[in-house]
Amino acid sequence: MINRYSLLIAITIFFALVIALMPLPFSLEPYRPDWVLLVLMYWSLALPHRLNIATAWVVGLLIDLASGSPLGVNSLTYSICIFVTASNFQKIRNFSLWQQGILVGLFLTLYHLLQFWLNHFLLGVYFNPQYLWPVVTGMISWPWVFLLLRKYRRHFRIR
Amino acid sequence: MKLMFGRTISLQLRLFVAVLLSVLLIIGDRYTQGGTVVRTSLNTLVTPLIYVANLPYELFSLGAKSLHTKEQLLTENKVLTEKQMLQSEQLQQYQFLARENQKLRALLGSSAKQSNRKIIAQVLSVHSNPYSHQVVINRGTTDGLSEGQAVIDEMGVVGQLTKVGTTTSRVLLMTDTTHATPVRILRNDVRTVVEGIGKINLVKLSHVPHSLDIRIGDVLVTSGLGGTFPEGYPVAVVTEINRDEGRPFAQVYAEPIAQLDRIRLLVILWRNLQEQISDD
Repeated sequence: MINRYSLLIAITIFFALVIALMPLPFSLEPYRPDWVLLVLMYWSLALPHRLNIATAWVVGLLIDLASGSPLGVNSLTYSICIFVTASNFQKIRNFSLWQQGILVGLFLTLYHLLQFWLNHFLLGVYFNPQYLWPVVTGMISWPWVFLLLRKYRRHFRIR
Repeated sequence: MKLMFGRTISLQLRLFVAVLLSVLLIIGDRYTQGGTVVRTSLNTLVTPLIYVANLPYELFSLGAKSLHTKEQLLTENKVLTEKQMLQSEQLQQYQFLARENQKLRALLGSSAKQSNRKIIAQVLSVHSNPYSHQVVINRGTTDGLSEGQAVIDEMGVVGQLTKVGTTTSRVLLMTDTTHATPVRILRNDVRTVVEGIGKINLVKLSHVPHSLDIRIGDVLVTSGLGGTFPEGYPVAVVTEINRDEGRPFAQVYAEPIAQLDRIRLLVILWRNLQEQISDD
């Protein structure tokens, strides 16, 4: 079942997970982009038949376990975001890179608001505009993630 | 050729299943107790990931350590020796006092206090959920840990264990919004409860009557009630009291004694079973 292509995609997701869990200086912590979600979004746009909601759900569960959030929160939010990108992949692909960046920003906002909302009910936290910084940094890093992963995909001819 | 446009299962159905599973998971996580095999194995699943993510930091601090100059090491050594001298002097006194305490307790016919089993753990620096305060440590069920054990550092109470895996576990810090610590005021033994409010250097005392004898600078120590924390460990120092009579309770804030934003080595305590039985 696991073929070469899926393995190559899994490697990028593993790297994204490691970068997402790596410690940052305390002052940079609020600006950490959601690397895993960006990588998942790229693959769901480029190869929607390979990476889908099921993968997003499993990766979300891994993030939940590794970052100690209530189980299921990231699975749910990742699944919804990947649903949005995977169901519109033909439209989104035709946009230019910076237009895609803005759209990705919108999806990330959706992700963070859902995430906050769930955590508000489960942990009783209150909204802080700082929680939305990763949207801005995610928008800025999208073109680089996109170009890097496209090069990776073309180099290994992942289809 | 791969099927690019013909999908087997519709996306809507996939999303529906994913949402359903997530909601079940959230409810299951919320309303089941920890310590089950499923939870431990799930937590163990991500252990390699956590160790890999921690690796760069370890390498960095190793490199920084090897760049220490000789003078730096000598001064550090001198400071530590002096501290050790002072503490061993206190320790001599302590042993005497402990023996005296034991004798007095024996005279009173009350249960003797025994020192608990403890273990030292190191904090792994990995990113955690930004909505809660927690750290990962490098100990787990293989060291005999279980959920709900108290965690302290050299200054005071840090928090308690949640989500134990085989070789890593999570410590919920006492400043987290879901954590509360039963305490008493060291000066007059009044009992109260300290709650986290999601700020790393501030906790709140809940339901303090206006008439309560509490002052700024009062030290709060664990009261031993609730069963998680052993009695007598320092928790926080009162920093702000707002006695607004228009409100039902006085607003009292305190600062944790342990420096929770820079913890590195922690001590995990076991509950003393004998003490628990005789106290009950």
